[in-house]
Amino acid sequence: MTDPLLSLALILAKLIAVFGVILTLAAYLVLAERKLLARMQLRYGPNRVGPFGMMQPLADVIKLLTKEDFVPATADKWLFLIAPGLSAVTALLTFAVVPFGPPLEIFGKTLPLVVIDLNVGVLYFLGLSSLAVYGMALGGWASNSKYSLLGSIRGLSQLISYELSMGLAIVPVVMMARSFSLTEIVMAQEKIPYLLLNPLAFPIFLISVLAESKRIPFDLPEAENELVGGFHTEYSGMRFGLFFVGEYINLIILGSMVTVFFLGGWHGPWLPGVVWFALKVLAICAFFIWVRGSMPRLRYDQLMHFGWKVLLPLSLLNVLVTGAVLLGMS
Amino acid sequence: MQAILFYLTAVVAILSAFFVMKCRNPINSALNLVTTFLCLAVFYVMLESPFMAAVQIMVYAGAIMVLIIFVIMLLNLGLTVKTRYTHGLAAGGILSVMVLFVANYFTRAGEATGTGGSVTSELIASYGHTELIGRAMFVDFLLPFEIASILLLVAIVGAVVLSKRKV
Amino acid sequence: MITVNHYMLLSAILFAIGTFGVLTRKNAIVIFMCIEVMLNSVNLTFIALSRHVGNMDGQIFVFFVMTVAAAEAAVGLALMIAFFRNRNSIDVDDFNMLKW
Repeated sequence: MTDPLLSLALILAKLIAVFGVILTLAAYLVLAERKLLARMQLRYGPNRVGPFGMMQPLADVIKLLTKEDFVPATADKWLFLIAPGLSAVTALLTFAVVPFGPPLEIFGKTLPLVVIDLNVGVLYFLGLSSLAVYGMALGGWASNSKYSLLGSIRGLSQLISYELSMGLAIVPVVMMARSFSLTEIVMAQEKIPYLLLNPLAFPIFLISVLAESKRIPFDLPEAENELVGGFHTEYSGMRFGLFFVGEYINLIILGSMVTVFFLGGWHGPWLPGVVWFALKVLAICAFFIWVRGSMPRLRYDQLMHFGWKVLLPLSLLNVLVTGAVLLGMS
Repeated sequence: MQAILFYLTAVVAILSAFFVMKCRNPINSALNLVTTFLCLAVFYVMLESPFMAAVQIMVYAGAIMVLIIFVIMLLNLGLTVKTRYTHGLAAGGILSVMVLFVANYFTRAGEATGTGGSVTSELIASYGHTELIGRAMFVDFLLPFEIASILLLVAIVGAVVLSKRKV
Repeated sequence: MITVNHYMLLSAILFAIGTFGVLTRKNAIVIFMCIEVMLNSVNLTFIALSRHVGNMDGQIFVFFVMTVAAAEAAVGLALMIAFFRNRNSIDVDDFNMLKW
């Protein structure tokens, strides 16, 4: 009787811990991004609230919470209200399958450092990342504004196109690890990370992930200079905040997925596993910020060309070659 | 426990399917359809078929519905909802109630036979559902699988030809 | 205890709802979505019965149904876009000319 209760309590504890860490990390990632970008553009960035501006995220949250929650008169009210929640929830749910450390040994029991280890974890991630489209699409549609609608349509076609190459870039990893479970994929990279074993899949996945996260150079759904704010033009207050936080949570997730699939997850010398995992994820996030500071935005036709005519054939070829090599080796 | 989950999900599935048929605005229909698909994915998990559940979410909710929503947005259909959006309610109602009764009759006419195949819960637990699906698909059903890929190719070509402005 | 009959009954209800939608709605995209409801109810029967008889064949068939549904979505939506360009509407009541 106690055993299922205990495991339920453990899962709940892990859930709360993961939630806390992710939300804090997302808030401070915003600050880090503003600081880094400012330094790249020879500015200081936020430095007034608290020491080094460390209290800035808190101030932002208070500001967003106390602002008026504005709904345009012609908006589809119901959809307008749930869309930001959808985008944040789908982003958070993905964390259920991310293994962020090696199994712990406590009181003679092993405690896996993952909320739940699904044996279809890869598919779960792909499914949720395709569901993440809905928040953006519905938000733009429900606002009933031309800019928002344009942003949503662009975002939809961009995410559909790049999801394909993202999924196909993971296929060689699954073939090499012989499992859909993220924990087993990390286990299989104990000696050599897949970054070295399959050097073509890594850049494809990284670029597709960058497109999935809707950031520069793929930020056409928002495109401040052309579309005001894209799909979240009409949003204000905490609903805008949810979109915003959802985007950064998504960034952390995609960073951890890159880590799990290609950088060997928690494996690494000297330091404990959780620290290695956090370091790798933060490095990927820093890379994304760096890209944002140094790249221009693609044009819409360039984006589609690149996705369908370069990335997709390359990833298909990679699947074929990996399969042939694996057959030859066995 | 399982019964409660079944009935809850079934109620949600039926309600959302009803609203797919009922909603005036196509976008709302599409959203309700996504809910129906998610409920079906829950049923697949309850039937010990996690792989099918994942594929259901990826293919139906993630690809087909996104395409449909994309087209609805592209054609901007929600703004021009007509006042009369149905026809033939009486005939359609009679026919669908007949469908329901016939299906109900045959379901209750007798017990489903043919139990005791090789794929049991223990086998699924030891091998994993994905591997069993893979074996069945690439050993027993290899030819249909290849034909399905040709079907997809034809569909791609057809879609490109149809939606191009000038051929 | 949930038996296979429960699943069959549920899928019969879903199928009937889908039929009703296909027969009564005018909007072609909504008709398309109702067809998807019908296909999905059949998929549910396939998987429930496949687990009941302990055989993988039903699940493979669901896979093929999904393939066909995807192909159908691509071609069907392309048809609707082509039709919308010509008639500026996708009501099936406007599909009444044999050529234009």
